[in-house]
Amino acid sequence: MSDAPQTLLEVRDLNVRYATAEGDIHAVSDVSFEVRRDEVFGIAGESGCGKSTLIRALLRLLHSNGRTEAAALNYDGRDLQTMSDRDFREQILWQEISLVPQSAMNSLNPVYRVGEQTVEAIQAHREMPTAQARERVAELFDIVGLQADLMNSYPHEFSGGMRQRAMIAMALALDPGLIVMDEPTTGLDVLVQERILRRIREIRSEIRSSIILITHDIAVIAEMSDRVAVMYGGRIMEQAATLDLFESPHHPYTLGLKNAFPSIRSLGQAGAELISIPGSPPPLIGPQHDCPFAPRCPFSIERCAGEIPPARQLGADHQARCFRLDDVVELREQARHKRTWHSSN
Amino acid sequence: MALLELNGVTRHFDIRPGLFARLVHKAPMRHIKAVEAVSVSLERGEVLGIAGESGCGKSTTCMMIAGLLAPSGGEIVYAGESLASQNAEAQRRHRRQVQMIFQDPYESLNPRFRVFDIVAEGPRAQRLWPEREIGERVEAMLAGVGLPPAKYAQRYPHEMSGGERQRVGIASALVTEPDLVIADEPLSMLDVSIRAGILDLLKKLSRERNFSCVYVSHDLSILGNIADRLLVMYLGQAMEVGPTLEVIRQPKHPYTRALIGAVPVPDPRVRRPVPKISGDISRPVDPPPGCRFAPRCPFAEQSCREQFVELKASASAGHQAACHRLGELPLEGL
Repeated sequence: MSDAPQTLLEVRDLNVRYATAEGDIHAVSDVSFEVRRDEVFGIAGESGCGKSTLIRALLRLLHSNGRTEAAALNYDGRDLQTMSDRDFREQILWQEISLVPQSAMNSLNPVYRVGEQTVEAIQAHREMPTAQARERVAELFDIVGLQADLMNSYPHEFSGGMRQRAMIAMALALDPGLIVMDEPTTGLDVLVQERILRRIREIRSEIRSSIILITHDIAVIAEMSDRVAVMYGGRIMEQAATLDLFESPHHPYTLGLKNAFPSIRSLGQAGAELISIPGSPPPLIGPQHDCPFAPRCPFSIERCAGEIPPARQLGADHQARCFRLDDVVELREQARHKRTWHSSN
Repeated sequence: MALLELNGVTRHFDIRPGLFARLVHKAPMRHIKAVEAVSVSLERGEVLGIAGESGCGKSTTCMMIAGLLAPSGGEIVYAGESLASQNAEAQRRHRRQVQMIFQDPYESLNPRFRVFDIVAEGPRAQRLWPEREIGERVEAMLAGVGLPPAKYAQRYPHEMSGGERQRVGIASALVTEPDLVIADEPLSMLDVSIRAGILDLLKKLSRERNFSCVYVSHDLSILGNIADRLLVMYLGQAMEVGPTLEVIRQPKHPYTRALIGAVPVPDPRVRRPVPKISGDISRPVDPPPGCRFAPRCPFAEQSCREQFVELKASASAGHQAACHRLGELPLEGL
């Protein structure tokens, strides 16, 4: 294991476009990142930032009007781009990369027992006698913290949190190297979310799968991931080791998000006032020539319109796309004040 | 005098078994005890946060306050008058004085109405003012929620972002000049970067227009930013009420403590301890007689399982908790 390369998934210059009557939607633009072995890679972003499209493109689950292009798309040394759809389905999907979909709670078939559905998922990809598959499911249920006898229950007998755990069990079924979790705890009650996050952490200490964790919840990212990419307008605006991103954020959008996100620990403290980012996300129709965040950015300069900032390396593991990275100390100071973002107030 | 008082308010729903189950299995009638003996008050100009998980009774409580659902026990007193004794005229007045802001700005606005007509609908239906005055008030209201009428009044909901739609929802709640606004998770469908803007707007408007607000949310870090006082509910039972920051920093009830401890913190250096709570939340169908939290409480004793407990005063003024062992437990603050 030790001499295997560190990189499990490599994505370089990924672009995804949807063809629509009004023109092409550039949902994902020039996205590059890698997922390493045994790590949780977080992707943070708000609605319409391209995070779900990115994942669908990786798993070849795009709608028929979606088109993917990339300079490189490699998984564990294999080139995914040259692989046929059939090979991808048979060799990669579920076997190597599995998905816990958004609203996984509603992804179970209501007329089958939960255990049977999981057995079926295993047998669809691997020849395995039913008795053995059922044993495997019991084992998986144990890993995600469901009692084995719940295998014989129907989805409606499960609470939201139990269904979510059943979906995680299914994603683990074939020992994939990479599990993609799309908003795994969104919509769950806070105590249920707490339990599932804790369970995911425990699972990580038992198996060696990597995880891509997609969420809009920065607190969940902070607690769960080793490295983070922050997406906006289809691009990765900043990526860094989690601690680094929180302690030394560089991109104005990252600074704005941190201001806007409440923390239960700093309630009532000086400087803990929430500050929203004025404006709303850009339409992604047609070719882009500007930094997508520029219209909402209090620090934008002339150059930000008409030129897209390239990703600049800031440290071994830290990149950001912004023309004003050299002024970051000053910008960070200014970003803490509400008047910087809301000049009229 | 408090604007609103709930005195031991209870709401049960009956679940009638089907004919077959009744005749063949002799299935008994069951009861969802959605809200049980809740007592809390709300002052003028105050924001009361209600926190709790699914099934805690927060929405049922709001429906009762809005006069859309009658309590099956206890009494709701609004501006000195019991809702139960209101005649038709008083009920109409109550509906004007109490307005709601809904959770989902994508579903709660009529897609065939323009923004102007959405906001004007309430005053028109209640014939509050002549049409010309309605027009003026609607435009002033739109400007007040940050939607310049020249730009927005003639738009349809689908032409607006989620944040803009929620501003329309707020405008249509406030245009009738209510004394009390019930906001049911108004931020949960919105993006993080714009939530703070809507919170600021609500705070600003409640100062300017001096209305009281019941703000319902499962998100304690949001409630901590808007509510003056916090009511924590669990399976229909009021668990704790008090000044928001005090409840969050020094919770008196083990459920509140667990809830607060479960909130993720946006700081990778923080390691949260595991909340002290066991098992899963159940449904409030024929719950056992004792404290509703007793089956999951690490500190529960025999009496907790046998006897229901209402809010009682703690050592700190205005801070109450419904716990048999109030004051005995080693609950660490945040």
